[in-house]
Amino acid sequence: MTKELMKGNDAFAEAAVRAGVEGFFGYPITPASEFLEYMAKRMPELGRAFLQAESEIGAIHMVYGAACAGVRSLTATSGPGLSLMSEALSYIAGTEVPAVVVNVMRGGPGLGNIAPSQSDYNQMVKGGGHGDYFPIVLAPATVQEAIDYITLAFDLADKYRALVFIAVDGNLGQMMEPAELPPMRGLPEKPPEWSVYGAEGRDPNILTSIYIDPPDEEVTNIRLLKRWMEIEKNEILYKEYELDDAEIAIISFGVAGRICSSALRTAREEGVKVGMIRPITLAPFPTEAIRELSKRVRRILVVEMNTGQMLNDVKQAVGGNVPIEFYGRIGGITPLPDEILEEIHRVNQNTEDIADGQEKVQWLERLEARIERGDQ
Amino acid sequence: METNIIVSGFGGQGTLFAGQVLAYAAMDAGKHVTWIPSYGPEMRGGTARCTVTISDESIGSPLTRNPAIVLAMNLPSLDMYEPMMVEGGLVIANSSLINREIEREDLRGFYIPAAEMAEDIGNPRLSNMVMVGALLEAEEVLPLEVVKKALEEHLPKRHHKTLPSNFKAMDDGAAFVRALS
Repeated sequence: MTKELMKGNDAFAEAAVRAGVEGFFGYPITPASEFLEYMAKRMPELGRAFLQAESEIGAIHMVYGAACAGVRSLTATSGPGLSLMSEALSYIAGTEVPAVVVNVMRGGPGLGNIAPSQSDYNQMVKGGGHGDYFPIVLAPATVQEAIDYITLAFDLADKYRALVFIAVDGNLGQMMEPAELPPMRGLPEKPPEWSVYGAEGRDPNILTSIYIDPPDEEVTNIRLLKRWMEIEKNEILYKEYELDDAEIAIISFGVAGRICSSALRTAREEGVKVGMIRPITLAPFPTEAIRELSKRVRRILVVEMNTGQMLNDVKQAVGGNVPIEFYGRIGGITPLPDEILEEIHRVNQNTEDIADGQEKVQWLERLEARIERGDQ
Repeated sequence: METNIIVSGFGGQGTLFAGQVLAYAAMDAGKHVTWIPSYGPEMRGGTARCTVTISDESIGSPLTRNPAIVLAMNLPSLDMYEPMMVEGGLVIANSSLINREIEREDLRGFYIPAAEMAEDIGNPRLSNMVMVGALLEAEEVLPLEVVKKALEEHLPKRHHKTLPSNFKAMDDGAAFVRALS
């Protein structure tokens, strides 16, 4: 295989096709629309189902239905669309059927804007729907990673009958980068045993999220939690950068993480011993790796394109071992490498303790000063 | 070695495509490359710009605050990026639509009457390729022949009849810069 220059959304969509997705159901929304456009053309070519629903609510229920029938299915959307899907996402989790949802994040809340953002971290990681459930969340940072992790997402969804989110932002959806697609996989010969595909000659399978008797629901909750614990044990992914002799560590995910990697490279050239952990699974979160890291660095800098949503998970992992600082751009603004470089140098020189919560107060002061200067 | 190029102009001037041609050529030349548009709700007539990063190493940020090279297809683009550019940066300015000189003395600038030159070839829409040709002569970003080959290989077959005029636009842009230097 050779590399092709591919637009993020197109590449994600083709990766899903090659992973064996048989049903795509969606509703257009910037900056995810190219995904749907690509599928509109591609799926019928292969005799597979493409349907533009009347709304996101319709689309995700179609994903739910197809998943119950044992068909690999997915949708792609952006924040406002994902909010509309929340109810069905909870039903998918409660029914224990596999589904993949790609969220190309944009600025919010509300209608917000169409610029790149990471502000749906909590919505995905903590679960936007009701009830106790635990979606897997993968956060690629390059077009190639997005291709690779979409394939993985389907495998994880099948393995654990789980809901899997691909968390990307508008930058990755819209950018072009050389990447290599995997070969086309064959489709499964028959649907999974647990699915509803016609019960001739056997007892019917029943898929539901209704457990009227609380003891039945309790058993279900226990099963879901135990499955999640298995996922936590087996499936955590993260990427390390220059950690061997690092005194300062950045924790950042997705496109923010790759922007940090540029700043990190420059900072290293300037003699700063800085490294990074870039979580790839936001859920399950690489808590243990970050905890271990916090025992051997002086300071941690969390960088996100939101107001510090992952920051809370990092704090929990670090448990007060070292001071944690925060930097973020919000509202659809992407931080640039020079900003991060400035932060790395500042953090490297800072020896003061930071009381819990003060990292955000201090960040806001710096951010507002930057905005005041007219420095976007 | 990493180079950031911003191509910026009005929607409809082919800025995004000009960036893509460079990106395809960089990939074919075995470089790491990213292409990222500044996307917005605007269509034709609005602002259209993209950032192309070409590097020998894997690319972290696809975006930069301080570009090394700017292809300014119109005046607002020059106004926006001139103050941001790295010291010693290179500006290729479309003088058909830019009626001022570059103010910063540390920048290298070439003024290309790209619209008129494209008109002379017979298609005003070729001004983007004139600008690309000028860039490739002004700076060793990629060899002109590699870019031509990339255009040929990645342009959909149905547009191949436009290849000769695209090549001529690049050649003319390059020749214009050669005559100035």
